[in-house]
Amino acid sequence: MIIYGTALLAVCHLLGVIIGDLLGRALGMQTNVGGVGIAMLILIFVRIYLHKSGRLSAISESGVHYWGAIYIPVVVAMAMQQNVVAALKGGPVALIAAVGSVVLCGLFVSFINRMEPETEAGEDGK
Amino acid sequence: MMWEILEKAAKENGLVTAFAVVGLVMLVSGVISRKLTCGRVQGSAIAILIGLALAYVGGKISGGSKGLADLALFSGVGLMGGNMLRDFAIVATAFEVHAEEAKKAGWIGAIALLLGTVLPFIVGVAVAWAFGYRDAVSMTTIGAGAITYIVGPVTGGAIGATSDVMALSIATGVIKAILVMVSTPVAAKFLRLKTPRSAMVFGGLAGTVSGVSAGLAATDRKLVPYGALVATFHTGLGCLMGPSVLFFIVRALV
Repeated sequence: MIIYGTALLAVCHLLGVIIGDLLGRALGMQTNVGGVGIAMLILIFVRIYLHKSGRLSAISESGVHYWGAIYIPVVVAMAMQQNVVAALKGGPVALIAAVGSVVLCGLFVSFINRMEPETEAGEDGK
Repeated sequence: MMWEILEKAAKENGLVTAFAVVGLVMLVSGVISRKLTCGRVQGSAIAILIGLALAYVGGKISGGSKGLADLALFSGVGLMGGNMLRDFAIVATAFEVHAEEAKKAGWIGAIALLLGTVLPFIVGVAVAWAFGYRDAVSMTTIGAGAITYIVGPVTGGAIGATSDVMALSIATGVIKAILVMVSTPVAAKFLRLKTPRSAMVFGGLAGTVSGVSAGLAATDRKLVPYGALVATFHTGLGCLMGPSVLFFIVRALV
């Protein structure tokens, strides 16, 4: 049933958020530490486990795939509610700090990715 | 009369209206992408730009802080693009992750994450200093805003920054997120965004889940989960380091 997949996703999501909150508490903060990332890791491992034991039907899987596919529209909706007005009002300090950090980080991304071993890039086509 | 009924229907079915509105924006973006740019600019990149433009219009009309979602007619957009569904959808993309690929880039992702926290912070602090902010609290808060727009106010709140500095810090983070969304597809070649590993490096360094996820979505849908996997730790790490290590260092230097 399709709901099994969606429910599995929901349980992983909640587990991740709970663990992230516990981690935050343990580190003495009020915020969630990597909850979504932890949820993603749980889902990756659960999928591998269920695949090995062959207990995940294609229909159940589509209950997860749908939400993965709806992701870009969700991002568009997210863009629609950014505080663009305030961002434009932030003035030169905000603008220069933002542009500066994006450019600097971009240079580092480019630099690190250029060091990526050829073999890995070559495997891409497989 | 007709308008009244329409308005009522949209308000009472917020999320459903949002699906329709976003679908329409995606459709228009797809047509623009194919007809006006011959497919060179991805439809999703255009959709995000339209989304930001609508956010500006919505913010201007309502005077609120949540863009289009502050207009009653489009309040469902707030739910659809809010943290809950965004994170739910991001987690779902993990279903397509190849564990082997992710493992291979584990350590470089962690390094990127650390650099992505420290580098923007240094830039933010330096800019704050150049503009005359000389107290450790203000400099740290603005620097933290350059990490992400959540780290900024969390840090500022923890160390007691003034509200105008907080606003500046949030603005810095929001501009950064928007810049990453818009510039990633344009700079994808320069950034060498091709492999899962490169997406993880990008996710760590660029920070801001919203910026990374939108930027990668507009570049190559397949890379989204890898970038997001790393980027989701960004805010946590920033909130951990901002009010503690980073603040202590700035205070020691001032």
